[in-house]
Amino acid sequence: MPQTLQQSHNSAINFQPQVKSALANTQLRGNFDRAMTGLMHKRTMAFADWDLEALRDLGQAIRQQSLRQLPDLLEQLERQCQANGIQVHWARDGDEACQVVTEICQQRQAKTVIKGKSMVTEEMELNAHLEQRGYTVLESDLGEYIVQMAKETPSHIIMPAIHKNTAEIAELMHTMTGVEQREDAHYLTDQARQQLREKFMQADVGISGVNFAVADSGTLCLVENEGNGRLTTTTPPCHIAVTGIEKVVPSLTDVAPLLSLLTRSATGQSITTYVNMISRPRQPDEKDGPEAVHLVLVDNGRSDIYQDEELAETLQCIRCGACMNHCPVYTRIGGHAYGTTYPGPIGQVLMPQLLGLEQTPDFASASSLCGSCGEVCPVRIPLPSLLLRLRREAVDGDRTRASTVPGHGSKRSNLESLIWAVWRLVHRRPGLYRLTTRLASQLRALSPKRLGGWTRYRSAPKLAKTTLHSAMNNRSKRQQP
Amino acid sequence: MSQPVILYPNKPEKVYLFGTCLVDLFYPEAGLAGVDLLEREGIEVIYPQDQTCCGQPAYTSGRSDEARAVAKTQLDLFPEDWPVVVPSGSCAGMMRHQYPKLFEGTEDADRALKLARRVWDLADFLVNVCQIQLTDTGEPTTIALHTSCSSRREMGVADSGPALLRQLNNVTLVEPAKVAECCGFGGSFAVRHADISGAMATDKVAALTQTGCDRFLSTDCGCLMNLAGVAKKQKMALPGEHLLSFLWHRSQPNREA
Ligand code: SF4
Repeated sequence: MPQTLQQSHNSAINFQPQVKSALANTQLRGNFDRAMTGLMHKRTMAFADWDLEALRDLGQAIRQQSLRQLPDLLEQLERQCQANGIQVHWARDGDEACQVVTEICQQRQAKTVIKGKSMVTEEMELNAHLEQRGYTVLESDLGEYIVQMAKETPSHIIMPAIHKNTAEIAELMHTMTGVEQREDAHYLTDQARQQLREKFMQADVGISGVNFAVADSGTLCLVENEGNGRLTTTTPPCHIAVTGIEKVVPSLTDVAPLLSLLTRSATGQSITTYVNMISRPRQPDEKDGPEAVHLVLVDNGRSDIYQDEELAETLQCIRCGACMNHCPVYTRIGGHAYGTTYPGPIGQVLMPQLLGLEQTPDFASASSLCGSCGEVCPVRIPLPSLLLRLRREAVDGDRTRASTVPGHGSKRSNLESLIWAVWRLVHRRPGLYRLTTRLASQLRALSPKRLGGWTRYRSAPKLAKTTLHSAMNNRSKRQQP
Repeated sequence: MSQPVILYPNKPEKVYLFGTCLVDLFYPEAGLAGVDLLEREGIEVIYPQDQTCCGQPAYTSGRSDEARAVAKTQLDLFPEDWPVVVPSGSCAGMMRHQYPKLFEGTEDADRALKLARRVWDLADFLVNVCQIQLTDTGEPTTIALHTSCSSRREMGVADSGPALLRQLNNVTLVEPAKVAECCGFGGSFAVRHADISGAMATDKVAALTQTGCDRFLSTDCGCLMNLAGVAKKQKMALPGEHLLSFLWHRSQPNREA
């Protein structure tokens, strides 16, 4: 069974055991394999008629330009939102952001909160925070609704319940809500919708994420497929939009290419069923919409990442999930094995920067550096290079060096340093290298049959009888006697 | 930036061979086959005896200093302006694409960049520089090709293997499912994350087996060692061979006579 993972971030993430149990779970592996294969195919089809590389260039340029002007754009966003009647709040970290949300709920004397999908609120652990304070919190995105019912966390940033198949969802909904246990996606969706409809009407506050925050118009863009986002942001009398500070873009013209990239990369859709553009609370002459709209801008480590020119590329992310869909590691272990809000390649790059390398000791190394993530990222984040950078940070020999990555140097061990020193010695002295390799091939009968993790799945490789060095040496002797 | 167009040099008189440490120790016949193929194209092959390793193992382990120290000794080995050909995608990728980053801001930056521009994947070199024409002298056989991630994504030469194999009349080339997916090697990844790597390698071996091929080929010794190792442990009849060895053996005149 997929475990419930509300990680306490004070201790290192138990990656290896989680990986082992995920790999042993054939049901889970089947679910991910099928889902990811389908998503990869859909993405390919969606871009078939596009000059994808040119579009990615554009996406990258927009995101890089946005980040270059980030401080100015954020101020502009604040001004524009306020001019539109949206109240803007700043939060340094997750706790502060939770407090801001709680205070708004208190002011409104709210009891029930309904939520649209939002990864930043997962990052803040907002649900737990609100529930502890007596609020009823209901997730309205179908995937999130299922995950909440199962007391789990999302296993994918776009499709939170992708680790479950229809049969598992039918059983869960039957147990939890008493609906008929039917393995029929349409039936289950209908049932969930009916249950959620009523709750929308009762909710005092709606909380959503933001896909893009437009600085020059103060518009908050939100894409979704179920209409729950629109209900969350329009039905309750108060809407709180929560976003990481990196989601800002200069103007509405920047949104169109990013949207094209986002939906195609994420689900293979040309456009989502709903694209919400929120720019103000309900006006006196309007019939619906919330009377109050709040925007909470969450830093939570982002401005630290921003200080490092190379690692700042992490912040270009538009959270499409394509890197995980295409990752051979993610596909095999699923999102829960990572034990963090963001799994997959972007999680492996982002989480060590947010939580520190001590908390995430296996993240940077858990990649074959195959390059699939970097190849598909719609905004060209060089994920493999960033993983390499974090590997360097992890074994950094100078722990006093200023670094934006918490815990840099924490993986450096004396034994490994010694091994690398020997490796370096042998490979810098050609005579010594030739001698050692020649000896090794002559003594190949003695080479070990077991080599740690390697031989758990493979036979030990066999050294050749002669090295290429010797063979080429003999060859040139033959040719020039 | 979009993928840059690769500008190939004219066919030279001489090339350097950088054999790579895995070929040196485990697959020397692949290196020799590369030399034989190049020589048959009328190119003289220089093999600097002082070469050791491109530095990749340290580099991908985050040990830049050690990687740079070892890579630096390779920078001295190719003084003339001849191309440097490499019988392995990942080492070629290391030298061509990572050396400039590794030496950035050091006194060797310029030398590293100049060398990087001369580095070619050997199979790609045969196709696009030598414009090799192969004549098949072997029995009919069915072959699956595993192109390494470095060849495919870093070097951008995934077409060269199929281009070479399609010249062999008696070879039927079959494609495994999820052809572009990684085999799970990844250097230290295979040891540090042995279970994930093992799962990936096992899936790849299954996909290769399902093609019904007589053998599989690769141009990367890491992939080869990984997949052949799994196949052997599982006692599956799936022999693996380096693409260059296969090409050389199949294209010698009157081999059977
Ligand atoms: S890193 Fe790139 S591919 Fe991954 S979620 Fe972000 S934008 Fe998408």
